[in-house]
Amino acid sequence: MSDLHTITGNQGLQIEEPLIFEQDTPGKCGVDLPDVPEVKTRLGGLAREGKIGLPGMTEPDTVRHYMRLSQKNYAIDTGFYPLGSCTMKHNPRLNEKMARLGGLADLHPLQPNSTVQGALELIDQCAHWLKELTGMPAVAMSPAAGAHGELCGLMAARAAHEAKGNPRKIVLCPESAHGTNPATAAACGYKVESIPATSDGRVDLDALKAALNEDVAAIMLTNPNTCGLFERDIVEIAEAVHAVGAYFYCDGANFNAIMGRVRPGDLGIDCMHINLHKTFSTPHGGGGPGSGPVVLSAALAPYAPVPYVVDTGDGFKLVEHKADSDQDPFGRIKGFHGQMGMFIRSLSYMMSHGSDGLRQASGDAVLNANYLKAKLQDMLTVSFPDGPCMHEVLFDDRFLKDTGVTTLDFAKMMIDEGVHPMTMYFPLVVHGALLMEPTETENKATLDKFIHMIREMTQKAKDGAAESFKSAPMLTPRRRLDETKAARSPVLKWTEAAE
Amino acid sequence: MRYLPLSDGDRKEMLETIGVSSIDDLYCDVPADVLLDSHVQTLPTVRGELEVERAISAMAKKNTGCNSAPSFLGAGLYHHHVPATVDYMIQRGEFLTSYTPYQPEVSQGTLQYLFEFQTQVAMLTGMDVANASMYDGATGCAEAVLMANRVTKRNKAILSGGLHPHYRDVTRTHAHFNDFEVVSAEPDVDNVEDLIDLIDDATSCVVVQTPSFFGHLNDYTKLAEACHAKKALLVVVFTEVLSLGALKTPGEMGADIVVGEGQSVGNALNFGGPTVGLFAVRQKYLRQMPGRVCGETVDADGRRGWVLTLSTREQHIRREKATSNICTNSGLCALAFNIHMTLLGEEGLTKLSALNHARACQVADKLDTLDGVEVLNETFFNEFTVRLSKSATEVIDQLAERGVLGGVPVRRLYQDRPELDNLLLVAVTETTTDEDIDALMAGLTEVLS
Amino acid sequence: MTVKYTEDHEWVLVEGDTATVGITDYAQNALGDIVFVETPAAGTEVSQGDDVAVVESVKTASDVYAPITGEIIEGNDALEDQPELVNSSPEGDGWFFKMTIGDASELDKLLDEAGYKAFCEGLD
Repeated sequence: MSDLHTITGNQGLQIEEPLIFEQDTPGKCGVDLPDVPEVKTRLGGLAREGKIGLPGMTEPDTVRHYMRLSQKNYAIDTGFYPLGSCTMKHNPRLNEKMARLGGLADLHPLQPNSTVQGALELIDQCAHWLKELTGMPAVAMSPAAGAHGELCGLMAARAAHEAKGNPRKIVLCPESAHGTNPATAAACGYKVESIPATSDGRVDLDALKAALNEDVAAIMLTNPNTCGLFERDIVEIAEAVHAVGAYFYCDGANFNAIMGRVRPGDLGIDCMHINLHKTFSTPHGGGGPGSGPVVLSAALAPYAPVPYVVDTGDGFKLVEHKADSDQDPFGRIKGFHGQMGMFIRSLSYMMSHGSDGLRQASGDAVLNANYLKAKLQDMLTVSFPDGPCMHEVLFDDRFLKDTGVTTLDFAKMMIDEGVHPMTMYFPLVVHGALLMEPTETENKATLDKFIHMIREMTQKAKDGAAESFKSAPMLTPRRRLDETKAARSPVLKWTEAAE
Repeated sequence: MRYLPLSDGDRKEMLETIGVSSIDDLYCDVPADVLLDSHVQTLPTVRGELEVERAISAMAKKNTGCNSAPSFLGAGLYHHHVPATVDYMIQRGEFLTSYTPYQPEVSQGTLQYLFEFQTQVAMLTGMDVANASMYDGATGCAEAVLMANRVTKRNKAILSGGLHPHYRDVTRTHAHFNDFEVVSAEPDVDNVEDLIDLIDDATSCVVVQTPSFFGHLNDYTKLAEACHAKKALLVVVFTEVLSLGALKTPGEMGADIVVGEGQSVGNALNFGGPTVGLFAVRQKYLRQMPGRVCGETVDADGRRGWVLTLSTREQHIRREKATSNICTNSGLCALAFNIHMTLLGEEGLTKLSALNHARACQVADKLDTLDGVEVLNETFFNEFTVRLSKSATEVIDQLAERGVLGGVPVRRLYQDRPELDNLLLVAVTETTTDEDIDALMAGLTEVLS
Repeated sequence: MTVKYTEDHEWVLVEGDTATVGITDYAQNALGDIVFVETPAAGTEVSQGDDVAVVESVKTASDVYAPITGEIIEGNDALEDQPELVNSSPEGDGWFFKMTIGDASELDKLLDEAGYKAFCEGLD
């Protein structure tokens, strides 16, 4: 609202907030600590001499600072967040309460086993749910996030190949893959080869078969894929991959569409990571922390990394070292035992839903996406219109042709309408992608309002309102930001000289 | 089910709009023989909030947490007090339930705190720039070595014997799969190692830890000079971020990359995760730094604002040529760090660090008076190594039976080193009370007699 | 003095024994605002087709390839602080690197101005 000037620069509930470094009152402090006892220090002459430079703030000022910052964020708790491929579903607060229980949040990972039996039981239970839902015999719990889970799964595959004497050279990824897939393959020492898509948005089976040979270590495939479609040929793909002795890595980012309905273990998959922060409702937290357990087939299970929990029948045991394992773990990929805080939250979610509720959740997610598709397909251009979509629906920018409005402009206008934009320009296989994922936790009234809004916006674009799209958003704490300036001469921290 | 807002009536109406008769029809692309016809039968069904709370609480009650027993555990994660404000603020829905700030106009809250976080980390480490966080210290350490390999175009890393064994192991895992060499020095129990002789023309970096895994403090200035003379980088790791409030910074010593664990500030122990990895580098290596970064810019009206920047280094753009496959950061844990550090400020952090050190000195002095206990460190911050007259693992188990979490036996992490069997790591923080110390002294006296 | 072009939208200015290489106006236009350029170090031996430089806009990163075989004589240091030169003067001050000409016959196979113009028209 650049034309509405106030004395303070504030606009009602939107209050301008300087950096903490600009609010420094030297000597002020937001904690009260006891006096430091006099001792002979043991810092060996390495005591800090200069100041650190941290600002002084009291508790009330600190609370207000973060309160004001919070009010500049859009969130699931605020409103509809149809961000395709990211699964912005409701985050139950029970999960938060459970993760903070005494006896869980205050456990040190290196306590004697006898004092953490309940924690090991909890990890074992969470693992049990994940194994049953996926129909897989084993799960590696320690990966810290989805991409870390990919790394773990591919390392297990490579370890299995190495055990047979040849690590192989190539990993196949479809064009539509998340960027993490090729990045992960490269981090495991593999060369990446791309597999084209068919005109109906799925992996080209013939091209895949032609690319398969004994140099191929694994294929990395997302299912349902990033176009929001189920890979119909998946069983045949698995058979072809196994026929050349390669492994089938499934990116489980979209498992939320099929949980309780399809078990990856029945599809011939060898490993799949599960984003607990997507499918199992742990909070995204503005970009983490995530958690990415990897379910493993019998072929890869022996190579799962340390640590892991074993139910001995007489209590739970934590296997932390290769030498203590009766398997062949490929090593360690994270400090300590994984994202316990996220295991608690997702177990709380799975227990709440129950097996029947999870099946209903995936069904409702798919229903909501198909409802959006049905109500928008006459005005927007659906990239792959034939047959139902899964939990998300992919549009491209053909419907904006000759309007002067781009996918980005369209998204920025949505922000002024109080809705978070869908995912844009991903996947790369269609032009100007708009990927919408409503999730199962949105009610019908929200979807209907959204549909009305998108239809009206599309009409506006077609009626020649490009300029208003280009200047959106107008109603946000900040309008479009200059990303070129940020990247050309990066300013990545506050410095006094800049003032 | 309380998380599902659609009614049966809604579902019916929506299915009619779509033109199918049931939700199952929407799964027509799934091969029929793998489509389940009902929910997974081996798992329980829907439960109310009270029942779930009871089930999880029952598991929690089987554990002894550090808040309910005298605790001297460290070895990479530390039991500290987190102010109530921190946990209240990070549970604000606008922070807790937002995505990565890819739409900066509606994410200025997240972006501003990331910018503040980056500034705090740069200040604490004495470095030029920091990223918006990593998964944890151990994965950050491996990323630092990968980065050093890229910068120097070499592929041999030298790891100090004072480096946390998990950090070493995670780095070795990457080395194995990414085909680079790792030379690990012997466990540096007595703080006598000299890494300078190991540096050669193939060395990409030397990785040291301060305070070391065994608690010793070192000035790495000479090592930095030796690294630079051979065009290798010095990576300095820390696991106790509070130590930076009391000590000369790694930046002042000449470090090129500083990486560590930030859990001690703002974050609970969580049985080991999630925590927050801190990562800071020299300006000249910025383009090779992994992970997200937030930068300052202006909006269309010329007002200051923040965006994620330099994203061409990252996997979603660079794909197989990315600096790392990392996608998330540890956002909410970074926020917790940021808030706690704001509450502390210059004065609070300095005092908290001094308090940790002073309490540790008191405990070390007391332990040294016990028969069968020898403190090995001349220098330390808030954690030190003691040699016991018998196996530390046995002693710790016996202390646990007496309700005392007495420390971390070195063998827990150095399982393959029987000669370290009697060594125990003892950590002391501001949470340690006089009663805790008395309980440890009494327990050790009994167990060692 | 001749100018040659590649199908990767690079231009090669040949002056005696030296070739100066940059990206074309068409390329800078397609990339948008250039925010970072990484040029190769002097003395680097390169073969035709090697990726030797990187050019980045806000949302994309592209490799720049050696159009011919030779040795890098000099990278354009000015681009370090002023990557926008690639936008404002792509075929002038925004040059990327100078190199020796290891095999003159490789130049013959590159496009001339008319050929490159026709190539670009075919893309639109």
